Amino acid sequence: MSPASTPSALEVAAAVRSGERTAVDVLESHLAVVARREPELHAFNLVTEEQARADAAAVDAAVAAGRDPGPLAGVPVALKDNLCTRGVATTCSSLILEGWRPPYDATVVRRVRAAGGVVIGKTNLDEFAMGSSTENSAFGPTRNPHDPSRVPGGSSGGSAAAVASGMATLGLGSDTGGSIRQPAALCGVVGVKPTYGLVSRYGLVAFASSLDQIGPFAGTVKDAALLLEVISGHDPADSTSIAAPPAPLLDAITTGVEGLRIGVIGELMDGVEPAAAAAVRAAAGALEDAGAKLGEASVPAAIYGLSAYYLIAPAEASSNLARYDGVRYGLRVTEGVEDVTSMFAATRAAGFGAEVKRRIMLGTYALSAGYYDAYYGKAQRVRTLIIRDFEEAYREFDVLISPTTPGPAFELGAKTADPLAMYMNDVCTIPSNLAGAPAMSVPWWTPGQDLPLGVQVLAPALGESVMFRVAAAVEAAAP
Amino acid sequence: MAGISRADVAHVAHLARLSLTDEEIELFSSQLAKVLDHFEDVAALDTAGVAATAHPLPLRNVLRADEAGPCLDREEILAAAPAVEDGRFRVPRILGEAP
Repeated sequence: MSPASTPSALEVAAAVRSGERTAVDVLESHLAVVARREPELHAFNLVTEEQARADAAAVDAAVAAGRDPGPLAGVPVALKDNLCTRGVATTCSSLILEGWRPPYDATVVRRVRAAGGVVIGKTNLDEFAMGSSTENSAFGPTRNPHDPSRVPGGSSGGSAAAVASGMATLGLGSDTGGSIRQPAALCGVVGVKPTYGLVSRYGLVAFASSLDQIGPFAGTVKDAALLLEVISGHDPADSTSIAAPPAPLLDAITTGVEGLRIGVIGELMDGVEPAAAAAVRAAAGALEDAGAKLGEASVPAAIYGLSAYYLIAPAEASSNLARYDGVRYGLRVTEGVEDVTSMFAATRAAGFGAEVKRRIMLGTYALSAGYYDAYYGKAQRVRTLIIRDFEEAYREFDVLISPTTPGPAFELGAKTADPLAMYMNDVCTIPSNLAGAPAMSVPWWTPGQDLPLGVQVLAPALGESVMFRVAAAVEAAAP
Repeated sequence: MAGISRADVAHVAHLARLSLTDEEIELFSSQLAKVLDHFEDVAALDTAGVAATAHPLPLRNVLRADEAGPCLDREEILAAAPAVEDGRFRVPRILGEAP
């Protein structure tokens, strides 16, 4: 089922704002899809039916009273379960946070609601967003809507599956090394990792703070632009939030790509499956037909991105996850505990899953005495090299393109025993996180194939407008 | 640097305040060694004279005006804690001797 067969967010909001359709009716039609698909897919940790019904009714009441509910009027939105929702369980798919109810809403959640969006539920993820398949969830895996024997990608697999199956019209995820773009590609939807700092991270449970960024999932490029416009903008509650006003996106999309210089990143075409490279070549051909100037781009240090990322992200995670100590919220193990140190160790051993423990171990090791310079320090220097190489490439090109992933969705269990094989899924998406630059995945269905692939569109920092123009052209050309 | 011994893993687990089972120590020893092997490409790179990037934005300290504003409700925060006493978080014994 293609998400294009259901009404877009723009269509839903227009119909609700004009009174042609009620938000309650929209919500009920999506809850019916949830009832049908959710038992098999497990995209949600929690479906917030009652709250959603109340919120939809409030949207309808506003319309009836002649007030405009906003650009997301009545649009059902799925939230990754690492986004804080006041009074509603936020688990990060971890046992260590079971039962915790945040005392505040994430800024993006407030913005979605203020724009008339209806939160339909909290979606499954790899525990604390660490993973590429949504199999590392304490509550069981999510399945790919196009083939339930396969993974939806991760870590935002629940939001991707919810949008791809039509359970929600829009979704929010977080992307630290590809956690929005990779599942978007594997589920055949649009996924955007904005410029670092464009979207407030206040209320996003931290994984790797110099890399994490919240972004949208949508069925279409225009819908993704709509949601990104709603959630972007300065927030004093996030000190890494960019003060400049965000560029309008929806207006830019219709500009076309005539005269734009677009480069195919050679280093990211090597080592991916032939079908993934072929999809990018086909998209590049279509962009050229639409008037863009095509060329081969080179980002030589990108090949070191994976290694640098798997030092930097675990190092930051080992520090960020130190807060889960059984003192202030969540799980506390008291059995066999003699003092506070053994309580910490026992609580964390019981509360964290294997991948989270592995990353904490890796990060602690990389930061420990004697290894800091060789590992973490080195990785930070490689990060500089990657940023320089992108700067060089953007002297020649306005936008770059590449595959989003090395291949389509894989079978459940195929990579769980080999962490390195799993990490390889992120090889094409990681460089943008290290550079703090925006990138998005646009679905590409190769004729005759049962599973979608993603074409990744990359732009320099704050280059969202030009990125969306190219993404819209790729979408228009996709088979 | 590729080798990581069981003793290394046990030491790092202590630093990270994780109590691991023998099986986990065994598994992580081999898995971490394999991941660290992959880093050898980075370790071999010449990065002399290259500055470290800790953060992608050219931000320095971000300050706000020193004005009191609303903050989270104390009772609500304490209600989420596993154990509290007299308006504070209660934890097991911290020092070596019982009070």
